[in-house]
Amino acid sequence: MPPIIPTEEIAKARHPMAEAWEMFRGNHAAMVALVVLTLIMIIAAIGPYIYPTDPFDMVWAPFSPPGVDGFILGTDYLGRDLMAAIIHGARVSIVIGLAAAFMSVFIGVTVGALAGFYRGWVEELLMRITEFFQVLPTLLFSMVIVALFGASLPMITFAIGIVSWTAVARITRSEFLRIRELEYVTASRASGATNAKLMFRIILPNALPPIIVQAALMVGSAILFEAGLSFLGLTDPNVVSWGQVIGSNRQYILDASYTVTIPGIAIFVTVLAISLVGDGLNDALNPKLRQR
Amino acid sequence: MRIVYAIILLMAVLVLNFSMMHLAPGDVADTISQSMGGADQEILDQIRADYGLDQPFLVQLGRYMGNVLRFDLGYSFFYNTPVTQLILQRLPATLLLVFTAQILALFIGVILGVISARKPNGIASHFVTILALFGYSAPVFWTGILLLIGFSLKIQIFPVAGMQDVTIEGGFSVHFLDVARHLVLPVITLGSIFLALYSRLSRATMMEVLGSDYVRTAKAKGLSEREVVYKHALKNSLSPVITLAGLQFSAVISGAVLVEAVFSWPGLGTLAFQSIIARDTPTILGILFFSALVVIVGNLLTDLALRFVDPRVGSKG
Repeated sequence: MPPIIPTEEIAKARHPMAEAWEMFRGNHAAMVALVVLTLIMIIAAIGPYIYPTDPFDMVWAPFSPPGVDGFILGTDYLGRDLMAAIIHGARVSIVIGLAAAFMSVFIGVTVGALAGFYRGWVEELLMRITEFFQVLPTLLFSMVIVALFGASLPMITFAIGIVSWTAVARITRSEFLRIRELEYVTASRASGATNAKLMFRIILPNALPPIIVQAALMVGSAILFEAGLSFLGLTDPNVVSWGQVIGSNRQYILDASYTVTIPGIAIFVTVLAISLVGDGLNDALNPKLRQR
Repeated sequence: MRIVYAIILLMAVLVLNFSMMHLAPGDVADTISQSMGGADQEILDQIRADYGLDQPFLVQLGRYMGNVLRFDLGYSFFYNTPVTQLILQRLPATLLLVFTAQILALFIGVILGVISARKPNGIASHFVTILALFGYSAPVFWTGILLLIGFSLKIQIFPVAGMQDVTIEGGFSVHFLDVARHLVLPVITLGSIFLALYSRLSRATMMEVLGSDYVRTAKAKGLSEREVVYKHALKNSLSPVITLAGLQFSAVISGAVLVEAVFSWPGLGTLAFQSIIARDTPTILGILFFSALVVIVGNLLTDLALRFVDPRVGSKG
C-alpha cells in the first residue's frame, strides 16, 4: 500500500522555525538591521576592553570637534572623550533595554495568561490592575520610583519594567482567549492535562509569535525610556549612558551641537535596528498578516 | 458608570502614591530637619507627632485621602507653597501643550491616512511609513533639541525657551500670537510621534473600509470618489483611531515631560523635573496624581468623542 502522504510533501514540511528564518532572510531591511544590531551588541560586550579610555576622564581640551586632535568623535564640555562615552554607554542601553523588556514580558505574560486562562473574577481583577497601570503616565511614574528609591541600575530597570508590561498582558490575554477554545486544547483538557500544563505547555507556545514581536519592540522602547530618564539626570551618576551625555551637554548646543547629535544618533540607530528586526519577526512569525 | 470607575481609579492612584511615600526612605521630618541644618531625635519625634507620622499606616492613609478630597495635596517645603496651588499654576501650560499636540496629530494624522490609503504608493504613504519609523525610534528629547538647533539657533525663527515673552506688551491677540509662536516647536516635537501612529492606523483602517461592501454600493449608486471617501468611509474608519488616541494620553504626558524639559516649557513636566532634583516628595506625588487625573479625563473625553462618531458605542453599556 502506498503511503497516504506523498514523500515529497513530507520532505517539504520543515520545522516552523526554519520556515520563519527563510521568511526573515528575505526581508532585506530586517537583515541589515540584524547585522547592525549584532555589531552594537558586540560593541557593548567587548568595546570597553578594546577602547579602555575612561568616559569620565578629562583627556583633552573641551569642545574639540570630531576628527580633530585625534578624537574621532571629539570631546565634550569637560574635555571628556565622546567616543569613549558612546562605546561604554552602549552597555547600559543594551543591558537595561534587555533586562527591563524581560521583566515586563515576564509580568505581562503571567498576568495575561492567568486572565485569559481562568476568566471570571481573576480576569476582571487582573484587567482592572492593567488598566490602572495604563492610567499612570509611564515616564512620570518611573521618575517617581527612581527619585524616591534611588537611581541604581537595578532600580531603573525595575522602574521601566513595572510600567511597560500592560501591552504584553493585553496581547497574551487575547491570544489565550482565542486559543483556549481551540480543539486541541479541549482534547488535552479531556485527556487530563493539569491547568499548569495546559497554560504553559499547550497554550503558551502557540501564543508566542505575537508576544515575541512585542518583546522585541519592548527592548527598543525600554532603551528609549532609559535614555529619557538619564537625559533628565535620573541615572546612576557613576555609569555613563547615551541619554545622560545628551542631558549634560545640552546647555552647550550652541558651541558644540555634535555632543548632542552623536549620542542621539547612537540611540536612534539602535532602536531603529530593533524595530526593523521586530517588523521582520512579525512578517516571519505571522505570515497570515503579511497582506496588511 | 464610567465616572464611578474613574473615581475608583483615582483613589487607587492615591493609595499607590501614599504607599510609595511611606516606603521611601526619609520622611517629612527628615526634610524639615535638613532644611533647618539638622535636628536631634527629640525634635524629630515632635515633628513626626505634629504631622501625624507616628500614627498607624491606615490612619495616615485615611487622612491623606481625606485631605486630597479637600484638594489639599500637602505642602511643598521647597517652594514654600501648597502643592495644589503649585500644580494649578503649571497645569494650564501642560494642558495646552498636550491637547494641542493630540488634536493636531489626530487631525493631520487622519488626513494623511486617508490620502495615503487612496494612493498606497504615493508620496503621502511613503511619508507616513518613514515618519512612523522615525517617530518610533528617535528619542523625543533628541528630536526636540535638533529642532531647537535648526529653527531657534541656526535659523532664528522660533524662540529658544519658555511659553511667552514677558517683555512683549499689547492686547490679547499679541499675547496669543506670542504663545502660539512659542508653542510651535514643542508641539511639532511631541505631535510627530503620535502623528505617525495615527496616520499609520488610519491608513490601515481606511484601506480596509474602502474594500468593504457598502463602499462598493455607494460607488455603484453613482457617488463621486470624494463623496464616498469623506462621507461614507471616513466616518467608519475614525473610531479605531480615536480609540487609539485615547489610549495614548498617558504616553503623550510622558512625552510632554521630556519636551517641557527641552524647551523649558513652564508646565507640570518641568515642575516634576525640578522637584525631583529638590527631593520635594509631596510635589512629585501631587504631579503623579494630577497627571493620572488628566489621563482619566482624557479617556472620558475620548469616550464622548467615540459616541459622537459611532452611536453604537453608547448603546452597549
